[in-house]
Amino acid sequence: MKSLKALNHTLSNPEEALEILEEQLPNGKKSFQAHLQTIGLFPLKPTQIEIFQVNLGKMCNQVCKHCHVDAGPDRKEIMTRETMLECLRVITHETSIHTVDLTGGAPEMNPEFRWFVTEIRNARPDISILVRCNLTIILANPKYHDLPDFFKENRVEVVSSLPYFTALRTDSQRGDGVFEKSIEALKRLNAVGYGMEGTGLSLNLVYNPSGAFLPGAQDELEREFKKKLLDKFGVHFNSLFAITNIPISRFLDYLIRSENYESYMEKLIDAFNPSAAAGVMCRNTISIGWDGWLYDCDFNQMLEMKVDEKSSQHISKWDGNALLARDIKVNNHCFGCTAGAGSSCGGATA
Amino acid sequence: MKTYYNPEDLKKFGNITELQKAMGDKFFAYYAEVFKEGALTAREKSLIALAVAHAIQCPYCIDAYTSDTLEKGCDEEQMMEAVHVAAAIRGGASLVHGTQMMNKIKEITM
Ligand code: SF4
Ligand code: SF4
Repeated sequence: MKSLKALNHTLSNPEEALEILEEQLPNGKKSFQAHLQTIGLFPLKPTQIEIFQVNLGKMCNQVCKHCHVDAGPDRKEIMTRETMLECLRVITHETSIHTVDLTGGAPEMNPEFRWFVTEIRNARPDISILVRCNLTIILANPKYHDLPDFFKENRVEVVSSLPYFTALRTDSQRGDGVFEKSIEALKRLNAVGYGMEGTGLSLNLVYNPSGAFLPGAQDELEREFKKKLLDKFGVHFNSLFAITNIPISRFLDYLIRSENYESYMEKLIDAFNPSAAAGVMCRNTISIGWDGWLYDCDFNQMLEMKVDEKSSQHISKWDGNALLARDIKVNNHCFGCTAGAGSSCGGATA
Repeated sequence: MKTYYNPEDLKKFGNITELQKAMGDKFFAYYAEVFKEGALTAREKSLIALAVAHAIQCPYCIDAYTSDTLEKGCDEEQMMEAVHVAAAIRGGASLVHGTQMMNKIKEITM
């Protein structure tokens, strides 16, 4: 399977995606902006900059069907050491940042990944460093086999996607054989202490629906995952984050091809929850693209909607105060963050 | 195309209160109470609803509870097992009446 970009697919053009999101709202439904207006949250403002989410690049060893990054082995855009140095400068001086969230693609495939993690840890021993590890990368090549030890040495929290506790559902979304490899990788993480009681090494899983439906209650899914993974495979983990699929990129393509777009948008809109809207992650997060541009979140990044603060749109021009005063850019994909119990990179929000 | 069933009608279920508000409201309040997490989890109740939907062959309920069980984290195997439970009970209910037939046979044959 190839990325939309490699296929020259129209949806790899963010303008096309935005046009669909803006112009094809289900009959009688109001826009996300109008929903925010009704509850007095427009323009949406940041509360603080606490989470610094760095996208180390679009390169990945997998090509998941729902991927909002349109990542894959054919994507070569990755962050350089120079841009990482700019990030480090900000991480060091912005004391409101309590978490650095490393994502991709597969962030570990960036040749500067280990250097970057070590530098962040040296600069800020006090903060959380998260890596969004797709699990299979650990087994993809012998040079990655020691990643669990590297994570442990640097007190990195591991957040990993596992859409389901069966091969059928996992592989249909993430590719043949992914489930089996993911279980093996989880066992290796458990072996060095990740997800095990009393070690302080956290291993959290991300559940997202494998299709055009919403995630159920996070605590109930967590209970089910814990039981099934332990009983069937002897795997331990800490928490489960239930995430809603955002209608952009490859998931948007899937929705349109399977003729689920309208009903999915309708579901998201009908499930709009004002308290989830108040807690959307862009209010305390800033997202940095592989080339240093700044965004309100990783989704806006993929839609190439740079932050609405001209003086500080690139990491090299970072101005924390100006960013804190910005208006967050929203569009109808944002309904994915406000449906039901809400959804963020850390799971439910309401 | 005119058919008796239209998927769009499922969304209008709430409108039944337009013609009889008091009873309709009571029904929906009761419905919401039934499906709350209780001695059975919301997930278990959803699987029961899916099985019953097949037993009564209601296309609206099958539509609604297929989505609902998926959302509650059930997998294809569990969902199909629920349908088999419905089938087994339905089939069993027919077959167990075979005993009545057998009684009658005894009664009227030599
Ligand atoms: S969802 Fe994650 S693992 Fe899958 S292709 Fe995208 S970046 Fe890679
Ligand atoms: S999609 Fe991004 S900008 Fe929109 S609500 Fe979610 S986090 Fe905020």
